[in-house]
Amino acid sequence: MAFTIRVNGTKHIADVDPDTPLLWVLRDVLGMSGTKFGCGVALCGACTVHIDGVPARSCLTRIDSIGDKAITTIEAIGQTPIGSALRRAWLDLEVVQCGYCQSGQIMSAAALLASTPHPSDADIDAAMSGNVCRCGTYQRIRAAIHRAAV
Amino acid sequence: MSERSHAFSLDRRTFLKSGVAAGGGLVISLALPLAFRPALAQVSSSPAFAPNAFIRIDPQSVVTLVMPMVEMGQGIYTAMAMLLAEELEVGLEQVRLEHAPPDDALYANSVFQSQTTGDSASIRAFWVPLRQAGAVARTLLIQAASQQWNVDTSTCRAQRGEVLHTASSRRLAYGELVDAAASLPVPARDSVVLKRPEDFTLIGTPAKRLDAPDKVDGRTEFGIDVRLPGLKVAAIAISPVLGGKPRSVNEAAARAIKGVRQIVTIDEAVAVVADHMWAAKKGLKAAAIQWDDGPNAGVDSASIVRQLEEASKQPGVVARNEGDAEKALAGAAQRVDAIYQLPFLAHAAMEPMNCTVHWRNDACDIWVGTQVPTRTQAAVSEMTGLPKAAIQIHNHFLGGGFGRRLEHDGTLLAVKIARHVTGPVKIVWSREEDIRHDLYRPYYYDRLSAGLDAHGTPVAWTHRVSGSSILARWLPPAFQNGLDSDAVQVAIEQPYTFPNFHVDYVRVEPPGVLTTWWRGIGAAHNVFVVESFVDELAHAAKQDPLTYRKALMANPRAVGVLTLAAEKAEWGKPLPARWGRGISVQFAFGSYLSQVAEVEVASDGSIRVHRIVCAADCGIVINPDTIAAQVEGGTLFGLTAALHGSITLKNGRVEQGNFHDYRPIRMNEAPVVETHLVKSAESPGGFGEAPTAAVAPAVTNAIFAATGTRIRTLPVDTALLRL
Repeated sequence: MAFTIRVNGTKHIADVDPDTPLLWVLRDVLGMSGTKFGCGVALCGACTVHIDGVPARSCLTRIDSIGDKAITTIEAIGQTPIGSALRRAWLDLEVVQCGYCQSGQIMSAAALLASTPHPSDADIDAAMSGNVCRCGTYQRIRAAIHRAAV
Repeated sequence: MSERSHAFSLDRRTFLKSGVAAGGGLVISLALPLAFRPALAQVSSSPAFAPNAFIRIDPQSVVTLVMPMVEMGQGIYTAMAMLLAEELEVGLEQVRLEHAPPDDALYANSVFQSQTTGDSASIRAFWVPLRQAGAVARTLLIQAASQQWNVDTSTCRAQRGEVLHTASSRRLAYGELVDAAASLPVPARDSVVLKRPEDFTLIGTPAKRLDAPDKVDGRTEFGIDVRLPGLKVAAIAISPVLGGKPRSVNEAAARAIKGVRQIVTIDEAVAVVADHMWAAKKGLKAAAIQWDDGPNAGVDSASIVRQLEEASKQPGVVARNEGDAEKALAGAAQRVDAIYQLPFLAHAAMEPMNCTVHWRNDACDIWVGTQVPTRTQAAVSEMTGLPKAAIQIHNHFLGGGFGRRLEHDGTLLAVKIARHVTGPVKIVWSREEDIRHDLYRPYYYDRLSAGLDAHGTPVAWTHRVSGSSILARWLPPAFQNGLDSDAVQVAIEQPYTFPNFHVDYVRVEPPGVLTTWWRGIGAAHNVFVVESFVDELAHAAKQDPLTYRKALMANPRAVGVLTLAAEKAEWGKPLPARWGRGISVQFAFGSYLSQVAEVEVASDGSIRVHRIVCAADCGIVINPDTIAAQVEGGTLFGLTAALHGSITLKNGRVEQGNFHDYRPIRMNEAPVVETHLVKSAESPGGFGEAPTAAVAPAVTNAIFAATGTRIRTLPVDTALLRL
């Protein structure tokens, strides 16, 4: 059946089964490949998006659960003040290596800063430990979040 | 390290041919969406100055640098661009980068004699050739300008994409010189003058990564992100047991899923082709595949370990022998024996295995991120009978490699499936398929013995490595006389000297499991074994592990990193109960590295690694921030394996499948990693894999210091550490 979803302020129609995860709608139906597939079961955070500002693992978010809520992805987060500050900090501190997980890292970090403008290390651990980075950029992610929070 | 001869040449005709090929369409299809892309559309239509296969400059002064090695996070695109730009005299903000097409003649890494990214060899292989390529282009541009001005070349200089004649205040942009420069004879690459290190303006600076801006915006195209007109997506199930075959597939049920287009059954796998991945996944589930497991159905980890243990009781092929170790052991005042074991490991790159193929009967296009583009092209050619020229490999950024993408199994599988599909199809493995159908770092079973004299000084060292040979399968000509040089890497060339020394290798190929390169290769196995066992000897000799190591070392660079790491880590400063420091030192990939880990062991045996201090001497550093990033990341990669990594088999099947049972280190477990660099004028060493090798023994030696329990089997079994 056809679902209308709002992604980064634009309405899209996807004619898919109701149980289809948002991840595959974004990537394969809408052609937005910034949101990454990593594990398929919410263990790695690579597919993190915001739904009405709340971080969500899009690999387990059914299309029929979204309704008219606003979906924000990595493609647009840089246009928000928090996203822009994170983007700058990520570049200043040279966080990325392979870069595959970083969409999800930045989306989780943006949600953290939205709810906790000046996070402690413990806050960062709590918010970011669901995001796996096999290149091991955690130390720089932590520093970049602190930097963006200033 | 010796500068080996290079398989490619910068011969002008060869290069011009490649330029023509590029003009035929490759340029656009391979163009990278990097941060700096001026006048991209002009590139293929304008004649360009391209004195070698790495540099193209068009009349609009667009400088295109072609990247022979692949970017998988290690920062090599930035480092290679720095080498070229240093000598070409352009700023990094003035260049755009392109993935090289597969071509061993033009882009081979001299260490492999093929276009292969691995073994931390890229900088060692390209340190000289890329600077020469830049210097050749710069020489020609200066020559062209000086002829135009009718002045001596020695009065002109190049700077930031222009040639300057200071005396007359004249300047010409490179783009204005391309026609004239292209008509000049290209000098031999070893005839051009390279800059003196003291004149470097880029090399040695913490230049910003060229791939970072697109990566933080989600714009980078990894292999899995390929989009093509009419593209279908496929989910795949591979036989859970190596060598098994699908017995039954409910095709009707799979086809009933909305969006499913086709079911393809091949020898070892079933693929469901659909409009999008969810439909494909649902179709695959509905297909309810039944398997014939084949001859490996009974394989399990316990039987593999028993097989290794038995095999390791017999002498192996001698890798190195000095003096008479057996005799010295017999006469030693004290003898220490130990068995070390390392598990099978998966790679688990964040980007799951994937490959996109458009098969036509007379040609085939492949979109993939691979460490081995030419090897992949050759393998597809061999399998299909298509000539290599008909097989286009469109390489991509890799969402992690770690050795997994040195294999082309995923591409061959994708081609087999795509032959049954009309139009392009993207095959994406689930995380479970990715972990269960990896080729694994071998399980190693190592026996060691040492003899100490009355002062605790070692008089004999023996080490028998038993395990699968990766080389014998991957590069048979390199597997000489039964010896796998990778399996004994580091074991035979340690920072220490022993008067009587014997290392041998027993090849054991376990059934039902394939093995391959894993970040850190032989060093990631043997540094753990050697550095743990040296620590055991220090303890047996009742000596401080740092002092004991220093006494056995002669190489000043090795002593240098060991001393620096110890100093920065405040070696010897008291720690609370159940805390410990452990140290390791290594020479691998042409670089020296020492690590000190500071570890706390809780009463329930759980481990908290607080801090890891690293000191590195990797010769001349191209980009110090990249070295620091590789120290941080490589260390965590090794720490993940040391604390959590293990692939096991039962009933022929890999038991792990996702990040809950094949655990990566996460933010809340990550220690602080400090990097200290030793300034050096030596040729650059390799580094991307070095920290992965060094960390495990630093941590397990720290666990010993904290608890008195020696960890000889990885991953660390915390049950051994409970109070």
